[in-house]
Parts: sequence; C-alpha cells; structure tokens
Amino acid sequence: MAEAAAGLHARLSQRTPIPLDATLSCAPGELLALVGPSGSGKSTLLRCIAGLHTAADGAIRCNGNTWFDAAAAINRPVQARRVGFVFQSYALFPHLTAQENVVAALGHLPADGRLVRAHELLARVHLDGLEQRKPAALSGGQQQRVAVARALAREPAVLLLDEPFSAVDQVTRRKLQQELARLRADLNIPMLLVTHDLDEARMLADRMTILHKGNTLQSGNPDKVMTQPDNAAIARLVGLQNLFEGTLVSEGGGLRLAWLGHRLEVARIAGAAGDRVAWVIPPEGVLLHRRERPSRGEAENPVAGTVQDCLRLGPFTQIRLLPEGGGEPLAFSVPTHVAERNGIAPGALARVTLLASSIHLMPWEPPAEARTG
Amino acid sequence: MDWPALALSLQLALATTLILLPLAVLLARPLAWRSFPGKSVVEALVALPLVLPPTVLGFYLLVAFGEATVLGSLYQSLTGRALVFTFDGLLLASIIFNLPFAVQPVQRAFDAIPREVREAAWCSGMTRRQALWKVELPLAWPGLLTAIVLTFAHTLGEFGVVLMVGGNIANETRTVAISIYDRVQAFDDHGAAIMSATLVAFSLVAITAINMLGKRIGHRG
Repeated sequence: MAEAAAGLHARLSQRTPIPLDATLSCAPGELLALVGPSGSGKSTLLRCIAGLHTAADGAIRCNGNTWFDAAAAINRPVQARRVGFVFQSYALFPHLTAQENVVAALGHLPADGRLVRAHELLARVHLDGLEQRKPAALSGGQQQRVAVARALAREPAVLLLDEPFSAVDQVTRRKLQQELARLRADLNIPMLLVTHDLDEARMLADRMTILHKGNTLQSGNPDKVMTQPDNAAIARLVGLQNLFEGTLVSEGGGLRLAWLGHRLEVARIAGAAGDRVAWVIPPEGVLLHRRERPSRGEAENPVAGTVQDCLRLGPFTQIRLLPEGGGEPLAFSVPTHVAERNGIAPGALARVTLLASSIHLMPWEPPAEARTG
Repeated sequence: MDWPALALSLQLALATTLILLPLAVLLARPLAWRSFPGKSVVEALVALPLVLPPTVLGFYLLVAFGEATVLGSLYQSLTGRALVFTFDGLLLASIIFNLPFAVQPVQRAFDAIPREVREAAWCSGMTRRQALWKVELPLAWPGLLTAIVLTFAHTLGEFGVVLMVGGNIANETRTVAISIYDRVQAFDDHGAAIMSATLVAFSLVAITAINMLGKRIGHRG
C-alpha cells in the first residue's frame, strides 16, 4: 500500500472544454512522457495536476496526499500542491532578473538563505554569471534553464514539463535534452514531460503514455509502445510505418501469418486460424538480401519485390519496396554504401527478410475513416 | 488669480486619483481575465461617461445625490453632510466620470499579461495577493501610469459635471475651471488668461514629470 501511495497517481475525466478520460501513474524518480497529437489533452492533463484546471471528475494523489478528489470535494489550491511547472513559453517574470525569478519561488526559505540557494540553482543549470540578466537579454535556451531552475526552487513534489524544448532550435534542443537527462538523475520526484516528439520521449522517458482525444491509450516502456503497440490505432498515432493486415492460418501444426500469399513465421503468435489481424514490423526488422551472395538466415520470411523509390538521407538510404502480389510498400533503410553495392534504384528487384522476432501482431480493426465514413 | 480654486482643483484631482486607482485595479482585473454574465454591460457602464454629455451625466448625478434619494440620505445619516453642492459630492461625481479614464488603460495592461505568467507565480508558491504585488502590478505599471495621468488631467479640466453637481461655491466646489468661466463672465479677461496659462503650465509640468518617472521605472523594469 505504501509503495502504491508513493509517486503521482491521477485519474481524471471531463466532457468539456476538452474531453478527458485519463489515468496515469508516475513513480518517484521516473520520467513519464505524455505523447499525443495536438489537441489530445496532454497540456490539460498537466494543468489539472498542477491545479490550474479542475476536471469534472476524478482524483489526484501525490505521495499519499490527496490533491484533488471530485467525489470528496477536495481541491487543493495550486500553492498548496508544490509543483514545479516549466511552461512551454517558460512564463518567466519579464521585469525580474534571472536571479530574482528564482528567488520569487523561494518564499518557503528564510529571506537570508534565498540568494545563496538561487545562486546554487542557477549554477546547476549552467547559468552562473548571468544572474543579473533580465529574460529579454537571455537566449531561448538560457530562458528555458531559468524556468527549470525556478521550477526546482520550490523543492517540488512533482516536476511538470510542458513541451519545454519546442521553442528552441535543433542544436539547443539536443543540448537541453542532454542537460535534462543529467539533471533528472538527481531528482527523486515524479516527472511528467508533455511532448509530441516521439524521439524525444524515447530518448528521455522511462515510460510513455499515449494520449488521443483525452484518452490514455497505452502506457509502457517507450521502445515497447513504439514497437509493440496494443492496437493499430496506437500504431498509427506513434507514426509506425509498415502497418499491414493479414490472417492467421495453421500450417505444420502451428500458426502462421498469411499475407499476400506468403506464410510468415512469427515469433510471438497467439489466436486461432482464420483470425484477421493487423501487424507491424519496424524498419529495423526488414533486412535486405545481398544480390550476389545469398547467405544463411535468408530463408526466414523471404519477400521479393520491386523498389518503388529510394531516398538518400546522408549515410542512410530509405527504401520503399513494393512486394510481389501488390499491397502497400515495405519501408526500411540501409547504409547508403550497401544500397549502392546492391544496385538499389527505382524499379530494381530486391529481396528482403522479415525477421520473425520483429513482427508484432495486433487485433484487427477498421481504420477510423472507414468507421466514421 | 484665484489660488483657492486652483488648490481645490488639485485637491480634487489628487483625491480622485488616489481613490479611483485601487478601484480601477479591482474592476479591471476581472474584466481583463474572467468572463461572467453581464460582463459587456459592466464594460458599457464603465465606458458611458466617455460618450455622455457632461451635463447629462451631471444632471443624473445631481438627481441621485439629492437628500431625498437613498444615496443622499444614507450619506447624510452617515456623515452629517450633503452630497449636493459639497466637496464630498464633487469627489464622488469625479470618481464616477473618471471611471473609463482609469479602468480602461488598467484593463488593457492586465489583459497584456500572459495567463502563464500569472500561473507561474502561483506555481512558484505566491498567493494571489503576492502575485498581484510582485508580478501583476509591476507588469501593469505603464497602464496604471496612464490611468493616473488621464484621471488627474481630466479632473483638473472637467467643467460640466462639476457645475451641475457642485455649483460654484468658493472654497467648497469652485474649481479652477469654474473660476475661469466666472472671470470670463465678469469680463475679467486678464484674470481668466492668467489662470488658464497657470493651468496649462501646471498640467504640462505634471504630465511631463509623470511620463519621465514612468520611463525611468519602465527602464528599470
């Protein structure tokens, strides 16, 4: 029971202004990414946890304290919740210096200790020497660091980050992401990161929760969610390529995946013969056969096809292969020199292996368009 | 030169500004940040003195301040003084006809403060009152300054409402604007000219000083 109480637990639902039906948990020291398209309710969820928005129904508990409980009419004010909030726009106080911005969040300390603490916090986010600058005289990355220092100043019970990297350029973003990864190692509080960037979630988060139209669809290890989504809708939301349909058939005493006349071997397979399934294979699970010297292992789920297009992206070349028998193309990528050595060009014939261990099966469901239209 | 009239005008302008400014802040914040039923009616009422002829506004105030009305009799019983043809009534009228000049600039200033900045103040542990003093008011300062200048200058210059509600009683309700009118009526053009020039010079110096102060504070903030 004590373990269950540690960390942040929220269950929230409402119909307006943005529909919400979400459940999430985040353990101390864990970074949970909330991922979803814009309008999916990520920021609203964060605002509910901070106490800036009140959902119609549900409860929020943090380390055993009830912050919100609609049924018991408990709704603790923002100030009593001790949240560190990094806003997307940073929301620094423009009339105060970096140091004063941090001091403003140190009201819980005796007055004579605040400056020293603010100095420590700013040094921790590598802003020593810039304490006396106003936000307008700081770069975007520096402003974000002040916002992080200010959020940590309260010694928060939970750290909430609302797309904190979206307003800076790519180079700064990578740097700030690395800094957050380093910083979080010392933080033993639940951390929630709202982002629509799947790579960011995969890089920084311990777990991720997929949000769609206010619903939390799937939570788990980011790699697992992105390679083994619970259903085709989540697969589409996380932008997975190589999403196909097939049927289970029995063959040789076991089950196989029938797809365009192939009988694919699948490492993890469950269901009954005749079941219609959706399946996905990450581009890493598609291996190009060498043209000249077929090697061992190529007996595994071989698929032949025609190169539809190939796109050179620096050291890698992205290939789309139209399999024999029609259907959607298979996308995968190979080092550019490999593509060149194997004569990969539009119209060329090529063979690939679909790794049985990479194929992931999901319950079949009609695409959203078909359901609504 | 009617020094008592000038002193009375300054006293009225100062008192109006001091009383109206906190009222304007109280009124402007919900108008800027909240939506509530009847909000547009409140906004229209606040703006009404801008469009009404001062004599019309003065007439209604005169009627409302009378000893027979609830307001007039209540004030009489509380203070023992009347609202009509007294400095007290003049001050109340002045507060009412200056509402748009004080509320509108302050409302625009609060409107310009991003919601997230206020929320960040609360998330930083500040109470609503602390957020007001440490974040909102410093950021709304240019709007407050505009409200001060407009209210002060407008009170010095108001004529119609003052004449209707206050009349022309020396040392009680005779402001400098009324006194100038008095001089002209008495064919004392010289006296009127001196007082007009004094008023122009004073207004110019006051507005310049306040603007310079605002720039210095604005630069610091």
